[in-house]
Amino acid sequence: MGDHHGPAKGFGRWLFTTNHKDIGTMYLWFSFAMFLLGGVFALVIRAELFQPGLQLVRPEFFNQMTTMHGLAMVFGAVMPAFLGLANWLIPMMVGAPDMALPRMNNWSFWILPFAFALLASTLFMEGGGPNFGWTFYAPLSTTYAPPSVTYFIFAIHIMGASSIMGSINIIATILNMRAPGMTLMKMPLFVWTWLITAYLLIAVMPVLAGCVTMMLMDIHFGTSFFSAAGGGDPILFQHVFWFFGHPEVYIMILPAFGIASAIIPTFARKPLFGYASMVYATASIAFLSFIVWAHHMFTVGMPIAGELFFMYATMLIAVPTGVKVFNWVSTMFRGSMTFETPMLFAIAFVILFSIGGFSGLMLAIAPADFQYHDTYFVVAHFHYVLVPGAIFSIMAAVYYWLPKWCGNMYDERLGKAHFWLSFIGLNVTFFPMHFVGLAGMPRRIPDYALQFADFNQIASMGAFLFGFSQVFFLFIVIKTIRGGAKATDEVWENPEGLEWTIPSPAPYHTFTTPPPIK
Amino acid sequence: MALEPEIKTPVRTLVVRLVLVTIGMFGFGFALVPLYDLFCDVTGLNGKTNAEAFVRVTELIDTSRQVTVQFVATNNEQMLWEFRPEVFKVKVHPGQEIETTFYARNPSSKEMVAQAIPSVSPGRAAAYFHKTECFCFNQQLLTGGESVDMPLKFIVDRDLPSNVNTITLSYTLFDVTETGVISVDSMAMR
Amino acid sequence: MRLITKQLASKLLLVFSRLMMLPVLLMTGGQVLAASDAAVDEAQRWGLNMTEGVTAVSREIYDLHMLIFWICVWIGVVVFGIMFYSMIMHRKSVGAVPAKFHESTAVELAWTIVPAIILVLMAIPATSSLIKIYDTTEADIDIKIVGHQWKWQYEYLGQDVGFFSNLSTSQDEIYGLVPKGEHYLLEVDEPLVIPINKKIRFLITANDVLHAWWVPALAVKRDAIPGYINDAWTIVEEPGTYRGQCAELCGKEHGFMPIVVEAMEEQDYQNWLAGKKQEAEELRAAMSQTFSMDELYARGEKVYQANCVACHGVNGEGGLGPSLVGSGITTGPIDNHINVMVNGVAGNVVMPVFGNQLNNIDLASVITFKRNAWGNNMGDQLQPVDILTFKKNQ
Repeated sequence: MGDHHGPAKGFGRWLFTTNHKDIGTMYLWFSFAMFLLGGVFALVIRAELFQPGLQLVRPEFFNQMTTMHGLAMVFGAVMPAFLGLANWLIPMMVGAPDMALPRMNNWSFWILPFAFALLASTLFMEGGGPNFGWTFYAPLSTTYAPPSVTYFIFAIHIMGASSIMGSINIIATILNMRAPGMTLMKMPLFVWTWLITAYLLIAVMPVLAGCVTMMLMDIHFGTSFFSAAGGGDPILFQHVFWFFGHPEVYIMILPAFGIASAIIPTFARKPLFGYASMVYATASIAFLSFIVWAHHMFTVGMPIAGELFFMYATMLIAVPTGVKVFNWVSTMFRGSMTFETPMLFAIAFVILFSIGGFSGLMLAIAPADFQYHDTYFVVAHFHYVLVPGAIFSIMAAVYYWLPKWCGNMYDERLGKAHFWLSFIGLNVTFFPMHFVGLAGMPRRIPDYALQFADFNQIASMGAFLFGFSQVFFLFIVIKTIRGGAKATDEVWENPEGLEWTIPSPAPYHTFTTPPPIK
Repeated sequence: MALEPEIKTPVRTLVVRLVLVTIGMFGFGFALVPLYDLFCDVTGLNGKTNAEAFVRVTELIDTSRQVTVQFVATNNEQMLWEFRPEVFKVKVHPGQEIETTFYARNPSSKEMVAQAIPSVSPGRAAAYFHKTECFCFNQQLLTGGESVDMPLKFIVDRDLPSNVNTITLSYTLFDVTETGVISVDSMAMR
Repeated sequence: MRLITKQLASKLLLVFSRLMMLPVLLMTGGQVLAASDAAVDEAQRWGLNMTEGVTAVSREIYDLHMLIFWICVWIGVVVFGIMFYSMIMHRKSVGAVPAKFHESTAVELAWTIVPAIILVLMAIPATSSLIKIYDTTEADIDIKIVGHQWKWQYEYLGQDVGFFSNLSTSQDEIYGLVPKGEHYLLEVDEPLVIPINKKIRFLITANDVLHAWWVPALAVKRDAIPGYINDAWTIVEEPGTYRGQCAELCGKEHGFMPIVVEAMEEQDYQNWLAGKKQEAEELRAAMSQTFSMDELYARGEKVYQANCVACHGVNGEGGLGPSLVGSGITTGPIDNHINVMVNGVAGNVVMPVFGNQLNNIDLASVITFKRNAWGNNMGDQLQPVDILTFKKNQ
């Protein structure tokens, strides 16, 4: 860490780098590649669903597409993107010279491409890739799985190890590397939300690892964790999976809360409303995420006491989530707003995430969930939470911090065009899914009854619009990196945070001596 | 932490703790298995019934109340045995010991081993449904063409919640000819 | 090229005009438009909302759903209203000067407590509905439902009536070779028949992987779990045909295992049940009958369409399962062919054990069909009695 010269040259720089900025950049590019790959899978799905009947793919391949789309987006696109942002920003935000464990940082990134190469290679194996949905319920994923399931399990193990290493690093950085005077309650909310997210990750990723290890043992070593014949229970799988899976959902959204909390005050020119309550709300959401998992399983035949407990606990999450939304709205209220691209994405995030929250509240109502469960209503719900939630916040973050990273301003006109194309594409894709879901269309089907045809057609058109707008995004980012108007050190008007006190582009090494904290 | 030689002690302590948490949570994933079983026993979550013979503690019978007990038999996967209850349903008084049988026949020419897995619906009745003797406690071996009437004795607990009027006892018959040994152990563990 | 552009343009126009209708349909739930028949069709086609269904429970769930929906809409109107007000009035370009406030304990407390109260108000009707759904009083009819890859099996407990229910939509419709029928993918060869105004209890389990039995009009959705039994109940109030689908991913043909429930008057149901029993009786008699090659072939083709086509293809060309054209099974020793059909294939979880699922006539027919279709031309045939003999001797 003592070397103060610039980056090494060539491929070796990237392979051996321990610099948080380099690693952050690699995470972000990797994430974008996975986002496009997962997007292609999604477009295969939407193309097949453009009209009733089987036209393009066979059902077995369709199932592989839904599975791989989910896995690529969750583990390949969203989580690495947040880790990339954390790498770039957390040391700069807390006034640290680098991450606490720079070598491990290199490892936690570089094992990821191998995990995904392994996962993607299953598509070309005999029997095809994973075809049991990203939730891989047993026994479809054990006794009835294609042989490639073993590679799928190893890929999950590697991804888990990567996330856990990344999280340990983030916690160590935040707890030990803050500049003197940077107390916990002075940290930017992005750092707070990531601290909590990192704790969630080390709590649940090992449970997922345990879950797939049990699958591996059931498949290869004759145990019966998830098979009734040997005294096991397929429903146990769902409990273990969702004990991981529900906190995982918040892992994908808490850092987004942090991003919105950074961007909205800047463009409202007014400090964030209710900083302390934001921290407490984040912590309560994280806590509640551990006791609501069985709301994914309302139809498995739980006793009524269980249904009621999980229904009440789930409804309760609306309270801290509501607090956050109200705080953002109050931050905007009586501000002095401008609507640059990051702000547009942040506002769309608040509105569309709230819509996803509303449908989430509807899904929490157990009796009504008997009608919603496993339909397109659920698909609409979680895409409204994750696409405008996680994806839009990541895009907002890229537009917001990109000038700091590369020293050039992006083209505002193109950024706004990208926003509107994405915004329209997203809503045209996912809003009609509410309707077909309520009208009775189950999820994960390659073909559907005629009454669902029209809305599916609309959704497919929206999906292609949304998909191609992201190629446009790639173009904008590359254009900005290659040139453009020079960004000032502050970039925006009086933004808050240490990262704006250093030059643009950010030097290779920052805060080698701790900055003074007000 | 040979990986990070220059790391200061407080960071090292923290990282060691976090690694321990990770290992602990990995263990917790596995601990969920017995925890889940325990939870199911207490709440009847998945309708599993007792896997070992129930020892009767009282002879009292609640003649003021009648409960319908239904029997259902299902074959899993490629199980080709004939398998059915002798009667479809009986009316019982809580506390009364009832005996019935299930008929099974192996129509194949080979020797086969089967394991019957019981499940009770509604799930919360499971804790009040006590089997004193059941063919599901052991695996069943039938030679080709052999048939058997398998006995079942049970008592419905007198504390059965008053709004439960019908209990369905379902058996699913699994072919364990090839995997047999392991499942006996895991049944005994439970 | 011009033609394609023109078609695309007209299609887009059509979609756009329909999109314009959306808000109207949404606000009215399609009910205002119900005045004219064409509009009814249109509303059905553009089905936007949950069905009210035909049971007390389904209507209660519908009301609950609408209640929560409107509460959410109103919260949304207020929150987004304030947001848009700020976005319009408090812009820098209109000269807004930012205020300095950044916290208020009173306000923050209020917007923690008020939502909590609203949630309690939502929880009350939700709890009472759930308690109704979990009622376990004795039923009039018990029906066991078993999910198989990829069909449903129904058994009327204590009645000695049971059957499999397969998708009846043809592969030609699915692959677009012939026009799709009105109930495309939502039609079966044998529907579940129940009487109205009787309490029906469903005991739901599965044979292989997880499935879920769902009929929206009944508001019944329960997972079918191998080795475990789940229960649900319904009292249907109106005669009619109600359609649903499997709602848990169960493999390749998950989208192709619909559920059809025919609800009818008690008397009609009794007649149907008697007919079913007689059919079973006749079937038993037919077991000893001898069929002609043509009869076997024709019956076998139907059985093939219902049970085999998903894996072995329309012309036996294979797919998930192996090809049957000139294969070692279909053109090899007939005893081996019977064995595979009756007992399945050891170690292969996908090939079902049809010995339990098809009767001897169907088994004899379908084997005869496979051995003589697609140029297999074996010329041999089986009678039900041959299957019986095989089963006895094995």
